[in-house]
Amino acid sequence: MADQKTLAEQSGDRPYRRMMRPQEGRLLGGVAQGLATQLKLDPVVIRLMFVLLTVVVQGAGAVAYAVLWMVTPRQPYEGPPPQRDWSQLAAFSAIGMALFAFGWLTGASQGGIGMLPFAMGGIGALILWQQADPERRKTWVSGASLSMRKNRVRTLLGIVLVVIGGAGFLAAEGELPQIRDSLMFTVVVVGGLAVIAAPWLAGLWKELQLERRERIRQEERAEVAAMVHDSVLHTLTLIQRVAHDPREVSRLARSQERELRNWLYQPAQDADATLAAAVRRIAAEEEDAHGVPIEVVCVGDIDLDPAGKLGATLKASRQAMVNAAKYSESPSISVYAEVEGEEVTIFVKDRGKGFDLEAVPLDRMGIRESIIGRMERHGGAARIRTEPGEGTEVMLTMKVEKA
Amino acid sequence: MTRVLIVDDHRLFRSGVRAELGDSIEVVGEAEDVETAVRAIAEHQPDVVLLDVHMPGGGGQEVLRRVLGSGSQVRFLALSVSDAAEDVIGVIRGGARGYVTKNISGKELTDAIRRVAEGDAVFSPRLAGFVLDAFASSEAPSIDPELDSLTQREREVLRLIARGYAYKEIAKELFISVKTVETHVSSVLRKLQLSNRHELSRWATARRLV
Repeated sequence: MADQKTLAEQSGDRPYRRMMRPQEGRLLGGVAQGLATQLKLDPVVIRLMFVLLTVVVQGAGAVAYAVLWMVTPRQPYEGPPPQRDWSQLAAFSAIGMALFAFGWLTGASQGGIGMLPFAMGGIGALILWQQADPERRKTWVSGASLSMRKNRVRTLLGIVLVVIGGAGFLAAEGELPQIRDSLMFTVVVVGGLAVIAAPWLAGLWKELQLERRERIRQEERAEVAAMVHDSVLHTLTLIQRVAHDPREVSRLARSQERELRNWLYQPAQDADATLAAAVRRIAAEEEDAHGVPIEVVCVGDIDLDPAGKLGATLKASRQAMVNAAKYSESPSISVYAEVEGEEVTIFVKDRGKGFDLEAVPLDRMGIRESIIGRMERHGGAARIRTEPGEGTEVMLTMKVEKA
Repeated sequence: MTRVLIVDDHRLFRSGVRAELGDSIEVVGEAEDVETAVRAIAEHQPDVVLLDVHMPGGGGQEVLRRVLGSGSQVRFLALSVSDAAEDVIGVIRGGARGYVTKNISGKELTDAIRRVAEGDAVFSPRLAGFVLDAFASSEAPSIDPELDSLTQREREVLRLIARGYAYKEIAKELFISVKTVETHVSSVLRKLQLSNRHELSRWATARRLV
């Protein structure tokens, strides 16, 4: 008694799992599934193997199945026995029938023991095919080479079987003159080779894609790093150096802020191509030059015209911004550019001290020439609203024909 | 006394706003992410929530969705560093009654909070520009003409806001009362929130940096 107990304990502790026949998902007796679990293969492969052995090697598969059914214990299962999937069973039977019919038609099944290589080659190919099936192996993303390495034994087994199939082909070619048999073996060998190569090729492709994506990501990261380094860190260093000058500090901070904002929120625009981009650029330049924040709002956009009408409007708007920044003493300037159909309007407004328009001396070029005169020469108009203490607003309008 | 709750994930910014707000405003609490914000709003029931747009846990839009979705009447003023049309239109359509950027002065912010507390809307020049742009770019036929287009007067008001006019200046310019200006802005806000024109969102997305 004591001896038996130790034996039982030993067998319970051993690392090998005992083969069982699971009740759930079985088609016939659960033998194929049990075997599949044991060999870490797909049950479909085992089932096809049994079918193939039965058809090709004169019922060997069926015999093996029956023996295994008898010697393998049933896996304990709670509740009523689950239904068999009859449609699958029918499918496997159909495959068996088809194979049998094929063998009978081609005369291959009369080959007897000579057909063994064919069966082995087929089984080898099946095992490899199961490894290669990407749908079934979702986890197999890291590339086929890894999976090949992981399942070295199975890969080897598959290759050996295919090689035996190939050897059988050579033997059969010597013995049997019928070309169709050799053709069949050729198909098996080529199929096996294709199956071996397929996962490798697929893995190569996947790795290539992965690498490409990684490279794009790295380029993006490098761009961000360059942005942070070249401008943000640079500005922070400059700010520390001029910490004694609050005006300069705020100018630096402001220009850095604008740069980051453009980078984050503005689509890349060619400042020489469209009105909104040009207005933003001019405002940024004057803001930098004079240290007064200029808020720009643009509605609609239009391509700059070759005739230079918009160019003149932009120059006038720049002059208005310069005036506001230099003389108004306003804490900030608002610029609003609007494109409505063919009409372009730009407003430059400050909340500064304003001035008496009548009192501006005739020789002051800023307003009369650079703004009003320029606009009128190009067929546009400029209006200036100002009063001492009320701030100033310059309104520029220009009509252009849309391209 | 207007009771305000500040929701922002930057501690420095919260204390900065606290210090800047005038005496007419009482800060009843602070929150730093979506979870704490939803809890603090339920607990304090403030008049106005100053809401940051970008925050851990889903951002301002998530706070709006959860608080307004539960039937709360709390009013939100979005306060953000972002200029992205998507963010601006996003929080407004999410239910915020205004949008100002973080570089707003303390006095302007106090004004904006008071206005939102009184049930009016607050549009920054940039938001006004976005709205004009969004409603102008209409090629597809509108579904609800009342909601899907701006009246001439509303357009005028928005243009003046975009030009940098204060409400008082707009009233003077158009010979109307400040109250009427506020009514127009609130009406634009309502259209912005209720119009189910698909262009609004599409326009905002298209403005995003690709």
